[in-house]
Amino acid sequence: MITVAGLALVQGAFHLSGVSFTVPGGAYGVLMGPTGCGKTSILEALCGLRALAAGRVAIAGVDVSTAKPGDRGIGYVPQDGALFTTMTVREHLAFALRLRRWPEPAIRARVDELAGQLGITALLDRRPHGLSGGERQRVALGRALSFRPAVLCLDEPLAALDEDTQDGMHELLAASARTHAVTVLHITHSRHEARRLAQVLFTLRDGVIAQQPLAVLDAPRPGARVTAP
Amino acid sequence: MGEPVPGAGPHRAASDLPLWASFGGLTAAWLLLISAIVVATMIYPMATPTGLIGHLRQAFTDVDSRSAIELTMLTCTLSAVLSLVIAVPVGWLLARTRFPGKALVDALCDVPIVLPPLVIGLTMLILTRTPPGIAIENAMQATLGTRLQFAVPGIVLAMVVVGAAFAVRVMRSTFDHLSPRPEQVAMTLGASRWQSFWLVAFPGARRGMITAGTLAWARCLGEFGPIMVFAGMTPRRTEVMSTRLFLHISVGELEKAMAVAFLMVLLALVVLTLARLWGDRGVHP
Repeated sequence: MITVAGLALVQGAFHLSGVSFTVPGGAYGVLMGPTGCGKTSILEALCGLRALAAGRVAIAGVDVSTAKPGDRGIGYVPQDGALFTTMTVREHLAFALRLRRWPEPAIRARVDELAGQLGITALLDRRPHGLSGGERQRVALGRALSFRPAVLCLDEPLAALDEDTQDGMHELLAASARTHAVTVLHITHSRHEARRLAQVLFTLRDGVIAQQPLAVLDAPRPGARVTAP
Repeated sequence: MGEPVPGAGPHRAASDLPLWASFGGLTAAWLLLISAIVVATMIYPMATPTGLIGHLRQAFTDVDSRSAIELTMLTCTLSAVLSLVIAVPVGWLLARTRFPGKALVDALCDVPIVLPPLVIGLTMLILTRTPPGIAIENAMQATLGTRLQFAVPGIVLAMVVVGAAFAVRVMRSTFDHLSPRPEQVAMTLGASRWQSFWLVAFPGARRGMITAGTLAWARCLGEFGPIMVFAGMTPRRTEVMSTRLFLHISVGELEKAMAVAFLMVLLALVVLTLARLWGDRGVHP
């Protein structure tokens, strides 16, 4: 479960306050809103990459407001994947496990398991250079899931992919969320994506976050209201 | 509305010739000048009675000259490494953090680049005559048996002051161009700042470090003013190739000067080539 209460963020001229929402445990939450409204900032604050001006963030009931990013147990997939240019795919999947000093056989088993689930077994010895957009996001997803986090934060992970690849990734994301029993917060601009994935839907507009019924995604032209540019 | 459109009809873009002619011409002239400098340095000694090979042989057999070559290689390499040791953390901090007074810190880093070299040497000389400077000199004498002033450590310090300033610029721009996202992701995966730096940012900055190291090495090779003022130019003790070159010129030994200059050009080219080869190796396997 993700609980955000009275969150306030300040960065230069940008500020956001009074942000509160809850994604129930195991649910797939989708957050939509216009560009520049602060969606990414909220996600960064959740992950511990941005200091809170006020408010509280709790993961599975534990207050992590002041915890280091690495102590929060959140898998994070940024928009461009942000892969490690000097590491192989195998090293990506093993990164968090090596930091946790897992024994080598356990790391090997986990890497093989993840690579199988994400369909990237053939890429294990490749480096990010030359991987397609879809392949990169699969690696980023695998890296984020590797250490069995309770929560997965996805920041427009499919924005740079073509439509066919996106469709494949929707299924993979939904399946991964189920298999790993994670609570997800997924930022997107795409109503199509939200319709495919969302179990809980939030919109952020003019600094106000609100839970919306999933039906708004099917309403005629709600996109103008939900995701206006 | 209703106003006549001047020059109605399909638009035709002007010729591209001015751009190609002016940019191409300037580039060609610039490259010609550089090539002429390099070629002249190589041709001139060949035309003298001793010949280039003779001068080079002299340079390597003459004890003073060999000592200067060895000392140059040692101090340049050591200074380039030290410059990187300074430049990597400073460059990372400047690229990744925001703090009050950052503009001042940024400007301070460039001071050795903008100060005239002789002034740098003089200020270093003055610094070592202040109470803290004297304390450092005495401590070095007690522990290492050598001082900074008019000794080899002084050469290295003079080289590092300038070399590191250039290396800092390169490393700052390297980290500026590397997205901070992978480092942030590493932290969400359980890494500390320290680990995310060493495991992600540092390996990712390899090319920049090679460029910074090469640039620092080349700057140190050419370093002259601060070394002359701060470390002196005593043969077999603190004389490096650049100060030896100056000595030859100042007494009119142009042929010997040319041999030293030729060696320096050769060294610079070898280091540049090695760095390029090393930098390109295995970056995109």
